[in-house]
Amino acid sequence: MSQLVLENVSRWYGNVVAVNGISMTIGPGVTGLLGPNGAGKSTLIHMMGGFLPPSSGTVALDGAPVWRNPDVYRSLGLVPERESAYDFLTGRQFILAMAKLHKLAEPGAAAQHAIDRVEMEYAADRQIGNYSKGMKQRIKMASALVHDPPVLLLDEPFNGMDPRQRLQLMDLIQRMAAEGRTILFSSHILEEVERLASHIEVVVAGRHAASGDFRKIRRLMTDRPHLFLVRSGDDRRLAAAIIADGSARSVQLTDKGLQVEAVDFQRFTWLLPQVARDADVRLWEVSPSDESLESVFSYLVAR
Amino acid sequence: MNSTIAVITFRAMLGRRRALLLLALPLMLVVMAVALRITGNDDLDVSANVLQRFGLATLLPLLALIAGTGVIGPEIDDGQIMYVLTKPIPRPVIVLTKLAVAIVLVWAFAAVPTLLSGMILSAGGTEGMGPAFTVGVLVGGVAYSAVFVALAVVSRNAVTIGLLYALVWETLLGNFAPGAKSASIQQWALSVTDTLTGATAVKSTVDLAVAVPLLVAVTVAGTLLAAVRLRSLSVASAE
Repeated sequence: MSQLVLENVSRWYGNVVAVNGISMTIGPGVTGLLGPNGAGKSTLIHMMGGFLPPSSGTVALDGAPVWRNPDVYRSLGLVPERESAYDFLTGRQFILAMAKLHKLAEPGAAAQHAIDRVEMEYAADRQIGNYSKGMKQRIKMASALVHDPPVLLLDEPFNGMDPRQRLQLMDLIQRMAAEGRTILFSSHILEEVERLASHIEVVVAGRHAASGDFRKIRRLMTDRPHLFLVRSGDDRRLAAAIIADGSARSVQLTDKGLQVEAVDFQRFTWLLPQVARDADVRLWEVSPSDESLESVFSYLVAR
Repeated sequence: MNSTIAVITFRAMLGRRRALLLLALPLMLVVMAVALRITGNDDLDVSANVLQRFGLATLLPLLALIAGTGVIGPEIDDGQIMYVLTKPIPRPVIVLTKLAVAIVLVWAFAAVPTLLSGMILSAGGTEGMGPAFTVGVLVGGVAYSAVFVALAVVSRNAVTIGLLYALVWETLLGNFAPGAKSASIQQWALSVTDTLTGATAVKSTVDLAVAVPLLVAVTVAGTLLAAVRLRSLSVASAE
């Protein structure tokens, strides 16, 4: 059982702060590192993987510093986001080379085992340059697994994968976590994290926005006030009815229609048709106006 | 030294079109030697000129530039270096292996053609000129490779900087300023050749007693610099 501990980690490039005072502990199981694009996820993963020195703070794996310490790679596997592997090698040659670089006792057997784990045997003797995106992702995964590390860091592993490849990789990650490994993966897609991670760390604009059990954070996200845009046959009458009903915090009359701030997402969507029918107003359009992930994140940050 | 890294590096260097690039220049040297021999224009002065100007002063630095930067530069640019760096291998071992591959390539594609050309040019045999130039290319190749490997680790613009050094500093500036001429790997390598041959056409501006320590110093400094910088290589792709 391994633990990756970040203490007050910051990273800046010139005047730009990419990561700002983040402390977190990544333990066994699957942890999702969630945040919009450009939030600093890659910077964080690169610091966890020893590819970037923190400007301040420390990153340690089981007590040992990660930066300038190649020995940590005995217990750390890293899958970088960039696609490029050695395109001129076959999958098998690549994984075998990685096993040899780790100086494993039986590199051949270890390579075969890793290839089997990612189910790439059928394409192992083809050149990596001819692989699809999903295949490349899996062979990179095998390269990170070949020495059977207790800790795995995956940077946007699902990028560019089709749904079937996505499911396969999720299944693989879950199996490995079940064996007691510490796995961290980054993503900007809420649904990916929801399906895979029991524990999530949310990063927004370089800051640690939330941490903990996914369901709790999800509830925080769904319990927030929701903005709806409503167009109807008679906006003024509907506004009065909504206010009278009490399911909204505020209602604004705008050129585009009614902007309603609902207190409770579910209750509002359930009640609105009834209120409209009772007031004898025809609803033309009901659309949530702030459902982007960024708005969810910024709500979390504001809390 | 790490044989796995060496094998991957050799395959990367020789597998692509770069291999043709490596072959073009030495081929030109050999063809030129054959042409001079056939037309009977290969007296001592011409032979010395060809071996020095084309072999030592052009073929050697250009091939060392291609090989020295090629063994590690593209890997850093494309991010594959991560697969090597995420292994429990000391960084100096990685640098020494890359350097060794570069040196072997320079020897194969610059020193061997130089020796061959020396043998083809009939005057090359006199005064031990062919072998003398070959030794000069061998030792110069080591120093050049160390410098260019270090350059590739330190800068993304290694090829440009290397070209500026080889063309502007060593060749152009060397013609005008004698001081610049003496402060060049080319002259130090020529000094070794000068010592080994009696041919008066070969004249170095630097004493062997100065040239050899400088060659060693540059090689050691380049290797150390590369190892230190690789140790704290951060990933540029992070943002």
